[in-house]
Amino acid sequence: MITYFFIFLAVLAVASALAMVISKNTVNSALFLVLNMVSLAGLFLLLKAQFLAVIQILVYAGAIMVLFLFVIMLLNVQDEESLFNKFRLKYFVAFLLGVGVFSQILYSLGSFTDTLPTVSSDMAYVGTVEAVGDVLFTEYLLPFELTAILLTAAVVGALIVAQHKVKSGATND
Amino acid sequence: MISIDWFLALSALLFCIGIIGVLIRKNAIVIFMCVELMLNAVNLSLISFSSHYGNIDGQILVFFSLAVAAAEAVVGLAIIIAIFRNNLSVDINKVSLLRW
Repeated sequence: MITYFFIFLAVLAVASALAMVISKNTVNSALFLVLNMVSLAGLFLLLKAQFLAVIQILVYAGAIMVLFLFVIMLLNVQDEESLFNKFRLKYFVAFLLGVGVFSQILYSLGSFTDTLPTVSSDMAYVGTVEAVGDVLFTEYLLPFELTAILLTAAVVGALIVAQHKVKSGATND
Repeated sequence: MISIDWFLALSALLFCIGIIGVLIRKNAIVIFMCVELMLNAVNLSLISFSSHYGNIDGQILVFFSLAVAAAEAVVGLAIIIAIFRNNLSVDINKVSLLRW
C-alpha cells in the first residue's frame, strides 16, 4: 500500500516539477509548484514526519506560494514568448549539466546502497510535534532564536528594498 | 516499506529538474521558484535520512532550511520588485545592473 502511495506521489511530484519548468505562463508555473509541494508533503507523511508535512503545506504551499502569486500578479509579467525556439546551445548545456549532476548523485547513491545500517525499526515517535519541539527547544534553542532574528531582518530588509523611491528617469545603463 | 534509496533518487531527480529550470528560464520569478524546488528536494533527502536512522536532527535541519527559504523568498521578491520598478521587466537577459 505504501509502495503504491509512493509511486503515485513520486510521479505527481516529478510531473508537476517538469510542468513548472516547461510551462510558459508564470502563474501556471506557480500553481504547478504548489502541486509539487503538496505531493512532497504527502511523501513526508510516508516518512512519518507529520509535523514537517503540515509545516510544508502551511508555510510553503500556503504562505510562500501566495507571496509568489501576489508578486506575479502585481508585476503583471508577460509570458516568455520564446521558450524553446532560440538558443539551442543553452538548452543543450543546461540539459547536459542536469543529467551530469543527476548521474553523479545516482552513482554516489549506488555506492552506498545496502551499506547503510538498518536502524529504522519503530519510527512512530519521530516526527510528531512533541518530538520536534522537544529537541528544538532544548538542544537547538540558540539556532531557533537566531531564526527569529533572521526572519525579522528579512522583513525589515524587504520593506526597505521594496519601498525605495525610484528616481525619475533612472535607467540602469 | 520502501527503502531509502527510492526517496533519495526522487530527491536527486527533483533537484536536477530545479537545476535545469534555473539554467534555461529567463523569468526571474520562475528562477526563484526553481530554487525553491531544489530546496524542497534537499529537504526530502534530509527527512528520508532522518526517518531511516530514527534520528530527529535531520528534521530539525529541515525546519531551519524552511525558515531560511522563507527569508530568502521575501528578500528575493522584494529585490525583484525593485528591479521591475527600474527596468519594467523581470527578464534576466535585460537586467544588466552588475555589468560595466
